Amino acid sequence: MAKQIGTFERRKERLDRGIKIRTERLYAILGWQEITYLVMPRLTLILGLLVLPLILGMYWQKVLCSAGIFALLAISFDFLAHYVGLVCLGGAFFTGVGAYIVGILNSSFELSPAFTIPIATIGGGLICTLLLLPCLQLRGVYFAMVTIIYPIAATRIIVALNIWGSTEGISGLTYFPNVWIEQYFILGIALIVLFGLRRLVGQDYGIVLRGIKDNDQAIRASGMSIAWYKAQAVFIASAIGCFAGSYLACLYGWSGLSSFALDFSIIPIAATVLGGPGTFVGPMLGAFILTPLSEMLRAIGTWRIVIYCIILLVFIVYKPEGLMNWAQRKYHQFEHWVEV
Amino acid sequence: MAGLSNGVNSSNEHIEQNMEVLIYGFVRSINLVLIAVGFSFAYGVSRLPNFAHGAFYILSGFATWIFISNLGINYVLSIIVSLIILATIGAAMYRFIFIHIRGMEISEIIASYALGVAILEALRTRFVGTGFTNPTFIEGTVKIAGVPIDFQRLIMIGAGVVLVGMVWLFTHYSKVGLSMRGMAQDERAALMLGIDSDLTASVALATGSALAALAALIILPLGNITVNEGYEVLINALAVCIIGGLGSWAGTILAAFFLGFAGMITATYIGSNWEAVVTVIAIILVLIFRPSGLLARQKELEERV
Repeated sequence: MAKQIGTFERRKERLDRGIKIRTERLYAILGWQEITYLVMPRLTLILGLLVLPLILGMYWQKVLCSAGIFALLAISFDFLAHYVGLVCLGGAFFTGVGAYIVGILNSSFELSPAFTIPIATIGGGLICTLLLLPCLQLRGVYFAMVTIIYPIAATRIIVALNIWGSTEGISGLTYFPNVWIEQYFILGIALIVLFGLRRLVGQDYGIVLRGIKDNDQAIRASGMSIAWYKAQAVFIASAIGCFAGSYLACLYGWSGLSSFALDFSIIPIAATVLGGPGTFVGPMLGAFILTPLSEMLRAIGTWRIVIYCIILLVFIVYKPEGLMNWAQRKYHQFEHWVEV
Repeated sequence: MAGLSNGVNSSNEHIEQNMEVLIYGFVRSINLVLIAVGFSFAYGVSRLPNFAHGAFYILSGFATWIFISNLGINYVLSIIVSLIILATIGAAMYRFIFIHIRGMEISEIIASYALGVAILEALRTRFVGTGFTNPTFIEGTVKIAGVPIDFQRLIMIGAGVVLVGMVWLFTHYSKVGLSMRGMAQDERAALMLGIDSDLTASVALATGSALAALAALIILPLGNITVNEGYEVLINALAVCIIGGLGSWAGTILAAFFLGFAGMITATYIGSNWEAVVTVIAIILVLIFRPSGLLARQKELEERV
């Protein structure tokens, strides 16, 4: 007991590098070295993603595309869960809605992806928001409970009504013109969404959203409608998810019940927890780690999901900050041992 | 004359069908009560959302199946063993997972759901297809008001009523049950009165898991054990709890009867594919008009925005 209270205990002291002034994202820059220090990580990410398609083979290019889909879904999950406080366990609902809108528009009206994807993104976002509207009064566990039901209910309803190809799905959709458009399209959108959302949550708007998560009564007391802001946030997140779904439909030329599959709900969550919740870039990198991993593990079939879940469990219990928060801490702060 | 007797026959059939809906709707409602009681116990009493509920349900079914078919253990003994195993898993889940993330709702949900999916998908690699059935407790059927019903379903009804009664008595009159409710209502006050928070919570999770296992052991002999049923069970338990309002036993029972009869009526008169639609519509309507559930008073302000 005495040893614990004793004066020889050491702890790690962390100091911010001098470049940061008081708040996040406000810096005093004294020269090109410091500019490089700030720009390098972002530039590495952007250039890295843009170069990847050039050096990968045919097979891994496809994997890159699906990694992009999961990256978008992970960012959308992260946004809802860690900035608005709505844990959506049914991310697959968004992809399914997006994929089916593309399927219907393409098979009935012969529209090309250039039209179907934007329509599916906006229209799908609106549909999902409208359907989730009754649940927006709920928080935490309750919202998670309801959203878990949505994708499964959607598949049942499609089978029950025997519409849109029922269990067969809608096949023979128009593909993208070539592989380069496929890859740069999803990577470009992923980067735009990533930096756009980072900018958005830094604005006053983001402060309101975080206020809803932390203390919604304060937001209400400030005369702002919680439901309206939540609806906007759900629209943003579901539009991202629907975009991913519509891209998926165009990528494989098919939309069916498996657009509502469990993978689209679980992998983004695993990517978020692995990459670092609340950072946006972390979930994205998490998706770019997990998707190739899952391709390598394709041989073992269902065990893949088991492995994701175990990664998820280990990280959420023992390393809740995730990779990216850890890396950012190492990058932005000095650490040294001090005696207490 | 022929026409008249035909009419009598069809009206008899009609009555019989109505009786069937009534009796099997009741059976289905008790089924839902049994499924939901474990989840409702862990969450309503101790605020521990156990999203691995469906996985525990199926796990106990398969565990019993293995004990009987592969290891040749006697039925009663294997039921007891799987109940003990599931209770241990529940307590272990608290000790190794929940204890680290207590109070962080997002993490609790994700962690328990991940555990559930991991268990279910791991089971899927071993148990594919049909043919996994546990034997019924007592063979045979009786006729009630002209509708044949087997003994297993009658046992299920009895067990459901007894179980809910016992759980209610346990949480309202036993020392452990009262301490669980105390923890849920005001953790600090409960700590001051000397209630061990971690112990109480692990007992609650263990009991909740054992209740899931018990429900499985009673219900599963009626059909095949499949992995997908784990997801069904979780969804049904969630639906009952959302509609009934968490933390309210009367609400849970009311919601189970509401969903049970609604599902049965839909399945009989419209088509069994429509059941899921009815469940979803019921949930959405309840959420619109009574966001905290039909009968929930507890924490009404907190969960609503």
